[in-house]
Amino acid sequence: MLAYLVKRVFQAIAVMFAISLIGFAIQDNLGDPLRELVGQSVSEEVRQQLRDELGLNDSFMTQYIRFLGNVLQGDLGTSYFFKEPALDVILKKLPATLELVAGATLIIIGLSVPLGVYTAIKPNSVLSRIIMGLSIVGISIPVFLTAILMIFVFSVELGWFPSYGRGDVVHVFGYWETNFATADGWVHIMLPSVALASIMLPLFVRLIRAEMMEVLQSEYVKYARAKGIRPYRIYFVHALKNTLLPVITVGGVQIGTMVAYTILTETVFQWPGMGFMFLEAVNRVDTPLIVAYLIVVGFIFVVTNTIVDLIYGLVNPTVNLARMGA
Amino acid sequence: MSLLSVRDLTVKFAMRDNTVTALNQISFDLAKGERLGIVGESGAGKSITGFSLMNLLSRPGYIDSGQILFGGQDITQLSEAEMRKIRGNRMAMIFQDPMVTLNPVLTIGQQMVETLRAHRSLSKAEAEQIAILKLREVYIPSPEERLNQYPHELSGGMRQRIIIAMALLLDPELIIADEPTTALDVTIQADIMELLLELCQSNKVGLILITHDLGVVSQMTERTLVMYAGRLIEAGPTREIINDPQHPYTQGLINALPQQTLPGQRLKQIPGNMPSLTAIPTGCPFSPRCEYAVDHCRKILPEIVRYGQVEVACHEVSRLQNTNFEEASA
Repeated sequence: MLAYLVKRVFQAIAVMFAISLIGFAIQDNLGDPLRELVGQSVSEEVRQQLRDELGLNDSFMTQYIRFLGNVLQGDLGTSYFFKEPALDVILKKLPATLELVAGATLIIIGLSVPLGVYTAIKPNSVLSRIIMGLSIVGISIPVFLTAILMIFVFSVELGWFPSYGRGDVVHVFGYWETNFATADGWVHIMLPSVALASIMLPLFVRLIRAEMMEVLQSEYVKYARAKGIRPYRIYFVHALKNTLLPVITVGGVQIGTMVAYTILTETVFQWPGMGFMFLEAVNRVDTPLIVAYLIVVGFIFVVTNTIVDLIYGLVNPTVNLARMGA
Repeated sequence: MSLLSVRDLTVKFAMRDNTVTALNQISFDLAKGERLGIVGESGAGKSITGFSLMNLLSRPGYIDSGQILFGGQDITQLSEAEMRKIRGNRMAMIFQDPMVTLNPVLTIGQQMVETLRAHRSLSKAEAEQIAILKLREVYIPSPEERLNQYPHELSGGMRQRIIIAMALLLDPELIIADEPTTALDVTIQADIMELLLELCQSNKVGLILITHDLGVVSQMTERTLVMYAGRLIEAGPTREIINDPQHPYTQGLINALPQQTLPGQRLKQIPGNMPSLTAIPTGCPFSPRCEYAVDHCRKILPEIVRYGQVEVACHEVSRLQNTNFEEASA
């Protein structure tokens, strides 16, 4: 178990190295930091002098190693716009994004399993056909369009849900602001969560359905029938457990992807998370913030995938974590 | 009264354009505690017979007509819920490949306990005690530990023993074993068969053994059915069928056994292949491969007729018996 963990952590570190290299390459090539630091009126000589002082004339590798050293100490540069450490800016926006992702994940987990199982057990029923039809629609419509349509229907026409912002948030554990403590917070997070879930949910319904249908054809399900096991136990114990194993692996990757999808959702709903922040940073050519965002999102991706792999090992008895490390 | 009485069982498969008859008017009986072998080449309908008895045909297969009287009750008329109470309880099945039969994510204990509790109201601890007892009967070493193990931790032979133990959990009246050793190592095959025979005899359980191995049938069973292209072509006491086969197909099967051939000689094959169920020849389905076939064999389907202790579906049986007799006396 420990050996496997160490192995996975080393893999994660290798991935983070690659991300940091890409991040630095962007920073190195995107815009001129001097333009942001000094105005138009500074002479070329002074600029060169400043460049030397800031180390901008050093070789790519020297600069990259310096960048890495700073990153390891938690210094991801200073945002040009906020004049604050980029990491602090992102960490302040992180709770909003994570809560949005959590909301969408809850919707996905809560709905995809029953819908996927139902459509697999009764593939020819009218309801199954409707669910499968809607899922194609859901996958096909881009998130930003779904979001705008939802605002139009539920905020403008019906007036049930607010169309922007987080509403009443409550401070918990120091700086973390949560939506889940007040009714107003819940109302505000509804539409963005549904919009964010709109692509992943149909994907998961279809994935679970396909896996489940395959499992239902297996010998061990047939054998369970031959033993006279009750149908609900065959579906929910024999079949579902085997169905969810591959789904967990895909699911982990998708949670990471959802963090990236928040850029669109947050922009449409003016959700003050890091996706919205990233888009603003791009508009302002706030290079350190862009790079910091890239590294933080990459880090979240790597961490969730590692955790998912560990969970998979715990759920699947045929994966022996202790032996895999060797 | 016989334990099982199958009357004119016909099973069809609904394909896209037409329906295919996989079993054609099969009739046979099984007495209490009797052991019956069903032999034939692949595609003869042996496994389909087994699954029909459990009413577990997977779509698009269905029982078209006929009766399956089990303990006097026609089980083809039972609802799914009533049939569930028979499966695994009064009638158990042993599948072909133990590597894929057990659920990989459930422990042996969970899979045994659930079987018991599907049919009897027992506590988990009580069910585990019965499971341990049954595992001991099939000579599983340290059965208590096995209960917590997952299938992948056990060998194929061990898994098939566990499946036999599971079949015996509820003291069934009938066990249907569908090629229970085909997927196993040759060295283990004999052990498993011996175990199955021993347990069936000591528990007085009826056995339907589906196999293509005539050697196994001769050791294990009292009566044998020979199937060809979804039909019964010969049935009778195993000893009679092995020693004095009547149907040219059965003769062919026995002549094809390696024991029937001198070392260095080629095995005597039956020429040709079993016809596809979508293209069964008219008349006797075996006629295109039969060396004794005459014109009316190709036109008229032979009825199954009793000759002494055996039943045979062949027009030319009487003639064959004469020729065999002449050959023997010559």
